[in-house]
Amino acid sequence: MNLASLAPLAVLLPILGAALTFLLIRHTRAQRAVSIALLSLTLLLECVLLASVWDGGTVAVTIGGWLPPWGIVLVVDQFSSLMLVVSSAVSLAVLVYATGQGMADGDQDAPVSIFHPTYLILVAGVSNAFLSGDLFNLYVGFEILLTASYVLMTLGGTGPRIRAGVTYVVVSVVSSVLFLISIAMVYGATGTITMADLAIKLGELDQGTRTLLHVMLLVAFGIKAAVFPLSFWLPDSYPTAPAPVTAVFAGLLTKVGVYAMVRTETLLFPGDSLNTPLMVAALLTMVVGILGALAQSDIKRLLSFTLVSHIGYMVFGLAMSSVAGLGAAVFYVAHHITIQTSLFLVTGLIERRGGSSSVDRLGGLAKLSPLLALLFFVPAMNLAGIPPFSGFLGKVGLMQAGVELGTPLAYALVIGGVVTSLLTLLAVARVWNRAFWRRPSDAEHPDPVLLAPPAGRATGPGAKANTVTLLPRTMVGSTVGLVVLGVALTVFAGPLFTVSDQAAQDMLDRSSYIQAVLGEDTEVPLIVTAGGGK
Amino acid sequence: MSVNLTLLLVMGALYACGIYLVLERSLTRVLLGLMLLANATNLLILATGGYAGLAPLYSKDVAAQDYSDPLPQALILTSIVISFAVTSFMLGIIYRTWVLARRDEIQDDVEDLRVAETPSFDAEDDAEIPAETSEFPLTMLGTDGYSVSNHPAHRSGGGSATAGGEASPEGGHGTGGATLMAGGREISAEQAAAEEKPGSTNVAPGPEGGGQ
Repeated sequence: MNLASLAPLAVLLPILGAALTFLLIRHTRAQRAVSIALLSLTLLLECVLLASVWDGGTVAVTIGGWLPPWGIVLVVDQFSSLMLVVSSAVSLAVLVYATGQGMADGDQDAPVSIFHPTYLILVAGVSNAFLSGDLFNLYVGFEILLTASYVLMTLGGTGPRIRAGVTYVVVSVVSSVLFLISIAMVYGATGTITMADLAIKLGELDQGTRTLLHVMLLVAFGIKAAVFPLSFWLPDSYPTAPAPVTAVFAGLLTKVGVYAMVRTETLLFPGDSLNTPLMVAALLTMVVGILGALAQSDIKRLLSFTLVSHIGYMVFGLAMSSVAGLGAAVFYVAHHITIQTSLFLVTGLIERRGGSSSVDRLGGLAKLSPLLALLFFVPAMNLAGIPPFSGFLGKVGLMQAGVELGTPLAYALVIGGVVTSLLTLLAVARVWNRAFWRRPSDAEHPDPVLLAPPAGRATGPGAKANTVTLLPRTMVGSTVGLVVLGVALTVFAGPLFTVSDQAAQDMLDRSSYIQAVLGEDTEVPLIVTAGGGK
Repeated sequence: MSVNLTLLLVMGALYACGIYLVLERSLTRVLLGLMLLANATNLLILATGGYAGLAPLYSKDVAAQDYSDPLPQALILTSIVISFAVTSFMLGIIYRTWVLARRDEIQDDVEDLRVAETPSFDAEDDAEIPAETSEFPLTMLGTDGYSVSNHPAHRSGGGSATAGGEASPEGGHGTGGATLMAGGREISAEQAAAEEKPGSTNVAPGPEGGGQ
């Protein structure tokens, strides 16, 4: 029995945890212990899964004894298990951070008793979406994580959160309806919704139908992934949520959309030439997103715009549909989940220490809290792609693949990517200069916290206690953990690139995926390139 | 695969109504629109299952093609449950919006509001364009009561609503000697211009906050 057969537990454990924490709703302490323990267990399990499929052993687990193409399958390959590990590590760090915040605030701002079950259901939905080998099960995974995210987004029910929540819910529901319509059409056209089976049967359809289905799926996933023309909901809705919620949304939710796009492109419709529109969308996502970020003064909004912008890099890598490009995209997804989440967590800390997340009101944080400055600086430089960090390596991978491809559009994207990277540096440098380097008195409306005399350090216990409440150890600790994970991605970039290139190879080859689901003797049809795009 | 034409027509109508309602500003209508969209999609899934056959319970005597396709029905069931959850959540949000704002409408974005609440009258930017809101046409005047344009002919020809009409367009070039008809009597252009400036006691502050 293969260890990878334990894959359903990656979904089951968080759901079980959600049920338990819901029962323990009046025992906050037990709730925290259960949710952290179960999420750690899930992370451990997913590491085992990654190890067992490390050498390309894609495993399909049939649920309930119904064989594919009729029943539901969960598929563990390198890409999905890598995504699982990264996402669970990040969500564990955010959970610890949120727990710390709840303990520090005395649960006034957000009802943390609801937070734990909802959060675990969100994690279950993400895992289900990553594992799913069935289009409708993917939809269910999306719905699980979206419904949980609706609750987390409007936690506490304050005016701004409700307002942002309405936009978010309506946009998400419309995108889900689009996804469901696409599933219905796919089923109508092929009579199956198992992805491996679709990979064979979609190839037998005529070109027009295929393009229609392809575009519909891409639009549905594009809304979730916030690809440019469909990205306007994101900076509007994310920043109002509580800091840990924004962090986990920024890290995971859009990446699930990207994951689904990757599967659509590589498994379902390989060789269909939608690469050109995708590349244009990627370019626009990068440039428009980062220009939006430059106009912001609130750090959370700024980071939301950089989030949109950097989705463009992943779409760029995906649109090249070469091993180098796709491998770099996979690496970039893993890097970006970690970095973007840690930046949002640090912003939460900045907000606590400085009293605001607007750069107009902040100042002097480097002196007040050098650790905070370091915690912001490392992931910020990482995001901007300064060597030697993983952001740089991922971008170099993408640029190399782009130059290898050599079309004029690919060169345009390479230039756009460099420009975006520099503008990201400009955006985070502005935050750095204002919030960390200038004197607090130079800020426009500095928060009183910043102007308090820094004598506390010398004089002793009172001031020290004050610092502890401002920056609880649990919150700082989990942020440090995540930043260290980001740095570790740099240190272990070599092996990670090996895995992501291998994952890309397997995805483009498709045979290991299809044969794992439908049996060893399935004939995998050759990919027909339409229009000679390569 | 055969499809039921009535179902298709109903589906189309539901989609049309749903899209119309989703584009409304009232939250209740948006919710109704989402529900219609979800139900239309359920009909679409049902249509993909082909014609209605026998219940899909295995029996030796029935040929395979005589059964209904059970899969779309299972999908519909799931999607009904999901849309039920979303609908109830939306109802909760709508109620909360009502409690907070006493309005069944989507509230404006704070950042958008900030931009919208910036006074439309800016002393530097708007000085050359008099805010003509009265029904009595005025000559083109700056905030100081003097004409800002030295080309009255161009002004009257340029389609400007301020300079057109019955007021004599040549009145702008002078240094306060110009008069114009207002409310049945003749007032000097300087006074007329003062009426238009923010802070005038004769002008009630408009929705743009010009009176401040």
